[in-house]
Amino acid sequence: MANRSKITIIQAINEAIAQAMAADDKILVLGEDVADREGGGVVGVTRGLSTRFGDDRVRSTPIAEQAIMGAAIGAAINGYKPVAEIMLMNFTTVAMDMIVNHAAKLRYMSGGQTTVPIVIRMMTGAGIASGGQHSDFLEAWFAHTAGIKVVAPTNAADAKGLMLSAIADPDPVMFIECSRAYGNSCEVPEVGEPIPIGKASVVQEGTDVTIVSYSEIFQRAIAAAKELEKDGVSVELIDLRTIAPWDRETVIASVRKTGRAVIAHEAVRQFGVGAEIAATLQEDLWGELKAPVKRLGAPYTSVPFSQGLEPLFIVSVQQIVEAARATIGTAAAPVAMGIN
Amino acid sequence: MATQIKAGTNAATADAATQLDIYRRMSLIQQNDEAARKVVRSGRLMMPYYSPRGQECIPSAVSANLNDDDQICTIYRGTHDMLAKGVPLDVLWAEMAGKVTGTCKGKGGPMHITHPASGAILTTGIVGSSMPIANGLAWAHKLDGSRRVVIAYFGDGASNIGAFHESLNLASVWKLPVIFVCQNNRYAEHTKYEAATAVDQISKRAISYTMPGVTVDGNDPLAVYAAANEAVTRARDGEGPTLIEAVTFRFFGHVFGDDDAYMDKAEKAAAMDKDPVPLFRAKLIAEGIATEEQLAEIEAKLAVDIESAVQFALSSDMPPPEELTRDVFAEEIA
Ligand SMILES: Cc1ncc(C[n+]2csc(CCOP(=O)(O)OP(=O)(O)O)c2C)c(N)n1
Ligand SMILES: [Mg+2]
Repeated sequence: MANRSKITIIQAINEAIAQAMAADDKILVLGEDVADREGGGVVGVTRGLSTRFGDDRVRSTPIAEQAIMGAAIGAAINGYKPVAEIMLMNFTTVAMDMIVNHAAKLRYMSGGQTTVPIVIRMMTGAGIASGGQHSDFLEAWFAHTAGIKVVAPTNAADAKGLMLSAIADPDPVMFIECSRAYGNSCEVPEVGEPIPIGKASVVQEGTDVTIVSYSEIFQRAIAAAKELEKDGVSVELIDLRTIAPWDRETVIASVRKTGRAVIAHEAVRQFGVGAEIAATLQEDLWGELKAPVKRLGAPYTSVPFSQGLEPLFIVSVQQIVEAARATIGTAAAPVAMGIN
Repeated sequence: MATQIKAGTNAATADAATQLDIYRRMSLIQQNDEAARKVVRSGRLMMPYYSPRGQECIPSAVSANLNDDDQICTIYRGTHDMLAKGVPLDVLWAEMAGKVTGTCKGKGGPMHITHPASGAILTTGIVGSSMPIANGLAWAHKLDGSRRVVIAYFGDGASNIGAFHESLNLASVWKLPVIFVCQNNRYAEHTKYEAATAVDQISKRAISYTMPGVTVDGNDPLAVYAAANEAVTRARDGEGPTLIEAVTFRFFGHVFGDDDAYMDKAEKAAAMDKDPVPLFRAKLIAEGIATEEQLAEIEAKLAVDIESAVQFALSSDMPPPEELTRDVFAEEIA
């Protein structure tokens, strides 16, 4: 066996799809430029798959997002499991009817007779100078739509495990890949094990404040926790991993213990995922909270192009640190905790 | 100038038994529509109802070429398509009534009837959306190596939406076993065909997608049968999709309760004079394919079946409250 240390998120997703396709010939891949003749995907996530599994199972499509989603939905109804790539998350906007009115609702509207086990892979994220139409995190739209699951891994190991679960899932799953994080690598088991959808990961236990995040922003939460540790603040770090259905139990149990919470995501803060989590925490833990729950997200703007502005759009490590400090600053006796 | 790729060269003709079978389906649709409008008018049932009256011939003649395991994707105005494909009356009516005994436990309603056993796999309320999904269903049949085909039904208005163009292009590039059947009833909601459509025949749009396109008289069962027969054969043989435009007329307003004041009265009267159901009936008798008594017997039996389905629907139970949150996902998640 080849010596294998760490692999990137791109490789991890590729391995997961290949592993699933080798085990089940009902799994298909479709999307713009996904086959090897077209380069195996614009960043190479599907590279090698058409060569290995054949052009019937891995098909490049016209630039026609409704047609792509329709093909995936119809094939899924008839027993296949398509992994469809919508090149960038913003391009879901031209296929919203297929995703929201059809993929999400056909199980319900048919009383359980027609089901749509598809994976919709998309990359997105600010920070790479792509401007306003190629960078948005739109997970809240889909999390608000009953019938769609939404996952957003932060590292290569989770990406592999979550992709295996997404493919095995009997319902539509949106799989959000952060372009900024594609090259991040870590140790990943050669034979992937599914990571359950709907289960958050408590990456670090702590007692003073819970930080909840997902996708690449979670890496910033890890950095913030290290910073806070220098002040003696003990942070419990939760990587949500799945946004819909989100792991209420794990988050609530953690905040019940710490009494403080900061939620950080890349999407615009207003009406974002953080609002849902914060509202749930105050409903369930009113009286046990030691400070108001803090939400961090992007300002209410489009993603700016200028390098003078784009970095200001994305939640920073410093903002997470300050938000966590603010929750502790409002606590009864911060000095007694050894910080100020 | 590009020329239209013609269909209709190796058309089969419908034999006597097939013609009688087509008439039976047409009478079923016509009588069922009568019953539906009566029940809604009486207030016994509240539903959005899009009458297919005047369009009976199209799915009846198309379905005469289909097997049970062929599939159709239809639209809100699709009760005629469903009945012609064999969706049973009782579960259809129960679904229209929102009852637990309906095809979808009452959770879809008249715009979202699904009955996989008879091949009615999708009914959409979104203009144009039957087509992209029909492609996917057809892709699966192709991958399976089966000879099953998929019909995508849609209206004239739907040929102006992006999904139509994306779907025809993909179906052609991938050579999918799908037949796009446009029921051109001359109106899209309140808008006349000419006011919204840049081409005089929708079938000409097939040229852009390198597939056969044909316009037929949608009120002529034999013409529709022949066009569908050829298209279905091509699809089964792996030769790809066809666009059929069947020209017809919508006898009533867009939706039940619509006063149809925007429709040209003379045009409507002329179309109703050419009502396809009595015309075909008279033809069958004149040509000795059936007797008056035979047809009357078929019609009377259908009337009994329809009345019994209405009673079944009205007397069935509503879905229990726990159905509200069921079927969002495979497993129940709050
Ligand atoms: C995407 C979308 N836009 C608008 C509507 C509202 N609407 C419902 S039916 C209809 C007219 C469609 O006409 P046509 O395609 O000719 O079909 P017909 O109703 O005549 O059978 C419209 C505009 C809709 N359901 N979906
Ligand atoms: Mg119309």
